[in-house]
Amino acid sequence: MTYLPKPKLAHPALGKNALGFTRRDYEGAISTLCAGCGHDSISAAIVRACFELDLPPHRIAKLSGIGCSSKTPTYFLGASHGFNSVHGRMPSVLTGANLANRDLIYLGVSGDGDSASIGIGQFAHAMRRSINMVYIVENNGVYGLTKGQFSATSDKGAKSKRGVVNADEAIDMVGMALQLGATFVARSFSGDKAQLVPLIEAAILHQGAAFIDCISPCVAFNNHEGSTKSYDFVREHNEAVNYLDLIEGRAPIAVDYAPGTVETVQQHDGTWLRLRKLADDYDVHDRVAAMDYMHRRHAEGEIVTGLLYVDPEPRDLHQHLNSVETPFNALDEAALVPGAAALEKINAGLR
Amino acid sequence: MSQVVMDAPSGPVQGIAAVNDFVVKFANVNGSGSASANTLFGKAILRMGVPVAPRNIFPSNIQGLPTWYEVRVSEAGHLGARGGVDLMVAMNPQTWDQDVKSILPGGYLFYDSTRPMPESKFRPDIVRLGMPLTELTNRAYTDTRQRQLFKNIVYVGALSALLDIEPKVIESLFSEQFRGKDALIAPNVAALHMGRDYALAHLPCPIGLRVRRADAVGDRISIDGNAAAALGAVYGGATVAAWYPITPSSSLAEAFGRYCHRFRIDQETGRHKFAIVQAEDELASIGMVIGAAWNGARAFTATSGPGISLMQEFFGLAYFAEIPAVVFDVQRAGPSTGMPTRTQQCDVLACAYASHGDTKHILLFPEDPQECFTMGAQAFDLADRLQTPVFVLLDLDIGMNERLCAPFAWDDSRRMDRGKVMTAAELEAGKDFGRYLDVDGDGIPYRTYPGTHPTRGAFFTRGTSKDRYARYTEEGPAYQDNMERLLKKHATARTLVPAPITQPAAQPTRLGVIYYGSTSPAMAEANTLLADQGVPIDLLRVRGFPFHDDVAAFLDAHDRVFVVEQNRDAQLRTLLVNELDADPKKLVRILHYDGTPITARFIAGAIAAAAGATK
Repeated sequence: MTYLPKPKLAHPALGKNALGFTRRDYEGAISTLCAGCGHDSISAAIVRACFELDLPPHRIAKLSGIGCSSKTPTYFLGASHGFNSVHGRMPSVLTGANLANRDLIYLGVSGDGDSASIGIGQFAHAMRRSINMVYIVENNGVYGLTKGQFSATSDKGAKSKRGVVNADEAIDMVGMALQLGATFVARSFSGDKAQLVPLIEAAILHQGAAFIDCISPCVAFNNHEGSTKSYDFVREHNEAVNYLDLIEGRAPIAVDYAPGTVETVQQHDGTWLRLRKLADDYDVHDRVAAMDYMHRRHAEGEIVTGLLYVDPEPRDLHQHLNSVETPFNALDEAALVPGAAALEKINAGLR
Repeated sequence: MSQVVMDAPSGPVQGIAAVNDFVVKFANVNGSGSASANTLFGKAILRMGVPVAPRNIFPSNIQGLPTWYEVRVSEAGHLGARGGVDLMVAMNPQTWDQDVKSILPGGYLFYDSTRPMPESKFRPDIVRLGMPLTELTNRAYTDTRQRQLFKNIVYVGALSALLDIEPKVIESLFSEQFRGKDALIAPNVAALHMGRDYALAHLPCPIGLRVRRADAVGDRISIDGNAAAALGAVYGGATVAAWYPITPSSSLAEAFGRYCHRFRIDQETGRHKFAIVQAEDELASIGMVIGAAWNGARAFTATSGPGISLMQEFFGLAYFAEIPAVVFDVQRAGPSTGMPTRTQQCDVLACAYASHGDTKHILLFPEDPQECFTMGAQAFDLADRLQTPVFVLLDLDIGMNERLCAPFAWDDSRRMDRGKVMTAAELEAGKDFGRYLDVDGDGIPYRTYPGTHPTRGAFFTRGTSKDRYARYTEEGPAYQDNMERLLKKHATARTLVPAPITQPAAQPTRLGVIYYGSTSPAMAEANTLLADQGVPIDLLRVRGFPFHDDVAAFLDAHDRVFVVEQNRDAQLRTLLVNELDADPKKLVRILHYDGTPITARFIAGAIAAAAGATK
């Protein structure tokens, strides 16, 4: 397998965003994943979200670990710097990158093996530290690249393609993210673009740790009967608590839904999230209630999707560290090196 | 050296007589507050113009286990461990037997005589200096903690009388130490004099060991290597430090924090020009360093052997993807948890070839805090220039002990060498950018920081194989092309790392010694001992890896080369054989690896024996 250049031809009718870019400008190399892979849908959703938000592609840094999901940053945002790091260690690399330059947008892409197994520690601590990032887990419940072993998010009782039943309890990454302090937590489904694209957009605009657990069926190894991450199963058991519209820089538009079914949330950057509520009893601002709701629905075999929790006033690591506005990578000698005179004082104190 | 006759219950003993050249060892229980009293003792001698080298020998424990503090007093300036004890201050009943045993014949034993000890607990060939410390302090103080803390000061007072240390010097140290807490000065001075007065009245003051005011310290400073390395990182422009607590490196990260709070807070806004993250483990630490350096900040971690083991996969990534990283490895005795509070030079190979696959890394070997500072700063230039991890190999002996060294110096005209970073202007002008393209023939490609240019210079960083334009490939020739370029880059590094320092013998010799790092001061003293014994040797101190050409030349110029190291397996020797095709037969292992710092007497003895055997 080699790198596949993708022709950069844009149809003249293709729309341009405020920066003059077409959607093609946000694409990457041709995907080498299996045809029909849920991950490709997520890549497409990322492309669309970045295009619609008018983001300069080069101001985004995309980082990943190892696995099928972690390969995907090659397939979107070709004009962005990318970093395919070490298995399970994307969160630390992203954290370091974020520390070096707080001005870029950090997009971490990972999988269930990468984040729930080998990288569960780093996943947890990145959430704890409130890194300003979007962290997407492309969750297919299976090790695709090594041909079909169970992952830590495989549901107990789920059947592998070879007929083996998983006896281990599943790790719920959404539950973990909620408990660990992520300030934007969502779950979606790669097959539901209408839900996923606005969620990614809102997550990008969120100035804190934004986590999206995206169920993404593996067509090769986890799309059979008995799987709980197949297209059919997810479609049947998906319980969307809300759908999101993102409204940039404007006052929330008039409610045209039944009372109680729309909720608007103003984000710190001035944008508005309009939630079309499908479950009346769901409160997107109550972290504890969200956990309770998720667990109860899960016990009933449902996969709850939508924006599950958002803190409109998040704080990120740089705020905790009280770091200067100037990115660290732009600080020069004058800013960083105390100089000879200061050293003389230190010497004097050491005699 | 003459001897003085001292009375002892067993009869007169020839006490060792020495001025400004002896070893005092304190045996204490950790958590008893002895460390600050012992530090005070060493500092007082230093203030009298006599060089001292203190060494803290401590357990991996907070309270209750044995700890020792050894003070080498040497007007001649020998700062390495010498070997042997002239005066033992035996304050720990747990270790009494071994402490008494370690005293040289004619040496002195200072102890708490409150409780009578059976005669069998002593040796006939040492001078006893008993003092009822517990009785004195119990009488003077009622509070238990005060009794304990002041007991330490009381024995310092007694020692000042026994060794002729000027009490005024100690008093002025109290004033400095308790500045702002003036109420503490008087009680400490009182305790000091309580000890002095008792010793002057009841003990044969002064004994044969004396401190005499001298002018042998000069403008040198006293600091531990970890703090010096941290200061080097500040001067080197490091902004991101990610670390995980581990002995003996934790104080490096903590010192970096202290210096940053002093020098890196923006005067106007009060905001920080640094980020220090205590990571969840060493993997995350090095991951953060690599992420930050990839994004153009200068970043480092501080760790020790177990951390180095955990970071292996990331070292391979940084080597192969060519990302700068600075790693301060404060070595301790391994393998595994080993002896966490004992010193060794045992990570040389683990760092030189860190990670699976074919890798070679850059190593720096500071000999003292002064070099910890200079190499600490230089490491960031090297990492950026070479776009690869740079390991600064300290050890517990240099890292955690204050050592007398040349004062720090800085040239204000010095600029950070950020290496080959293509700018937005260069990209805009259409300069060809191939991330792994060897443009200059030195094996070092250009890189771009993320976010530099809207349409040019972006690339995908990966641990998988790639071609010169950073495109994924598993084509054999492209892979080999890249691996060969990495070798070329490593060869370039040979000319950039600090050159070795050689010291020829007074007369021509075919014997040489290669050594590095904290062995340096003991080696210097061993060299004088060997010269006195008629064994002239040429010295070469390795300061960096890959080896400078001078190292190969030195090997060629000598028939036998003693490689002095503080590990079991002669790791630097292995590196010399492996990298320079050195003849293993002529490289003689001189190894000291019991966890205590290598001593001058050990080196001299081992080399003299080996040289005699091979003459």
